Amino acid sequence: MHDAWIMIKRSMLIVLRSPEAMAMAIITPFFLMVLFGTVFGNIADIGPYNYIDFIVPGIVLQSVAQGTQYTAVNVYNDMSKGIIDRFRSMPISKASVLTGHAAASIVRNTITTAVIIGTAFIVGFRPQGGFTDWLIAAGILTLFNIAISWMAILFGLLSKTPDGAIGFMFPFFILPFISSGFAPIETMPRWLRWFAEYQPMSPVIDATRNAMMDFPRDNSLWWALVWCIGITVFAFTCAVQVFKRRTV
Amino acid sequence: MTNNIITVSHLKKSFKDNQVLKDVSFSIKKGSIFALLGSNGAGKTTTVRILSTLSKPNGGKASVCGYDVVRQGEKVRKCISLTGQFAAVDEVLTGRENLSLIGQLIRLPNVKEKVDYWLTQFRLEDAANRQVSTYSGGMRRRLDIAMSLMGNPQVLFLDEPTTGLDPQNRLATWEMVKGLANEGTTVFLTTQYLEEAENLADNIAILHEGRIIAEGTPSNLKEKMPQRGAQISFSSEKEAAKAMKLLIDNGIAVNGIEPNLPTLEDVFLTLVGEKKEGENHA
Ligand SMILES: Nc1ncnc2c1ncn2[C@@H]1O[C@H](COP(=O)(O)OP(=O)(O)OP(=O)(O)O)[C@@H](O)[C@H]1O
Ligand SMILES: [Mg+2]
Repeated sequence: MHDAWIMIKRSMLIVLRSPEAMAMAIITPFFLMVLFGTVFGNIADIGPYNYIDFIVPGIVLQSVAQGTQYTAVNVYNDMSKGIIDRFRSMPISKASVLTGHAAASIVRNTITTAVIIGTAFIVGFRPQGGFTDWLIAAGILTLFNIAISWMAILFGLLSKTPDGAIGFMFPFFILPFISSGFAPIETMPRWLRWFAEYQPMSPVIDATRNAMMDFPRDNSLWWALVWCIGITVFAFTCAVQVFKRRTV
Repeated sequence: MTNNIITVSHLKKSFKDNQVLKDVSFSIKKGSIFALLGSNGAGKTTTVRILSTLSKPNGGKASVCGYDVVRQGEKVRKCISLTGQFAAVDEVLTGRENLSLIGQLIRLPNVKEKVDYWLTQFRLEDAANRQVSTYSGGMRRRLDIAMSLMGNPQVLFLDEPTTGLDPQNRLATWEMVKGLANEGTTVFLTTQYLEEAENLADNIAILHEGRIIAEGTPSNLKEKMPQRGAQISFSSEKEAAKAMKLLIDNGIAVNGIEPNLPTLEDVFLTLVGEKKEGENHA
């Protein structure tokens, strides 16, 4: 654990030293939220929601996915340079490099999430959920955060180029748009509807939104848990295997 | 036997069809400087990677500090330190942060003091708080070596430590290596330069086409090597002219005073040529 802790410090420093990553984590989500809250916020109200109340979870997922591409790039960079050989020839736990990047990614994404929710309040977000609801929302968003961070690590390990690492992450920026995040699924063309309904972003978004707005809990909560935990287990296991294999 | 800190016997390694190491054996005495000499692609890095537990051999045995590199990797890693061919430093961190992270990872007491010590040792105090991306090649190399030395390893691997350094930095590296050996560290270095191996090493092994084609002390090897001219230097041209006159007066012909070291290629040709002849006679 000592090794992992030092690696977390290292990865945090790397994140802090990258201006683009910091902008993507803080400034972009801020403007995105302001834009959606003020410009689009008043055009459309959806069913029982004000649009602003509707889109907060979608914006969180989209921004977090976009920020996490830097984690994939950082992992790629480590693997393609001499530094990984130094770590692997030292008497330290091998996977601690990956743990470091995962933790730094989770911290950065949490900051992104906080920035979005804070900004949302300023532009008119009025959630109704109580304390338990907020715990549930925070729990789901954190699980999503962990899942996507490990996916990014796996992609960073699999990439042959830094652009490849970003390319792997690209679907994750797009998926929130083809989900229940920005418009209700019922308004989509039929061929999209099926996909939007069953892809992992939708239950995560629905469950978070239900909690924040104090709507009745439905199946989306369980689907969200299954997806997030499933993805984390899959990505973590594969990442560790790929890491071991890449290093023969 | 007991004072050999590294023993390599019949080591083999191939990548798919490419047999890089066919049969490599050598041993290294504790506290000595060993140079593995070979041209591009000879398999120097491959050998270093196997000995530093980064890569597994396909055959043969290797032990470092008395531990098998395959089965006792954990123990081997405790006693070695690696400075790879390409700088293993974090570009976006400062020199100080790089050193400090390594110090913390190996759980040094008083990391701060140690960091300052190594910054001074390697003339990096002025650049300590700058990101490594602003360093010159030589500074980066020095930081890289400093990071390797923090743990006070018994065996230090240096893969082409002077490639790309200017003559001044090269000399400084040589001095550093000699100093380490004096203090008891065993240094395993690879190089493409005969001159470097001769200057530094107690023992040299020449790696060519997957085998060690010659091994021995520099003076040992000199006897087997192609003929070479001698070089005399004087402190001034005037002195040189006087000496020339003396030599000519005494009937000794002087062709010139250029250095005349054989290149690695010459060495290979001679050594490989000899071998072939030997085989033909047998
Ligand atoms: N991971 C790998 N996969 C496939 N081939 C490899 C791998 N690593 C090394 N090789 C091959 O092994 C051979 C020896 O490489 P190595 O890096 O050990 O040479 P070297 O003596 O260090 O050369 P240089 O002086 O250029 O550093 C080369 O032909 C190289 O292409
Ligand atoms: Mg090499």
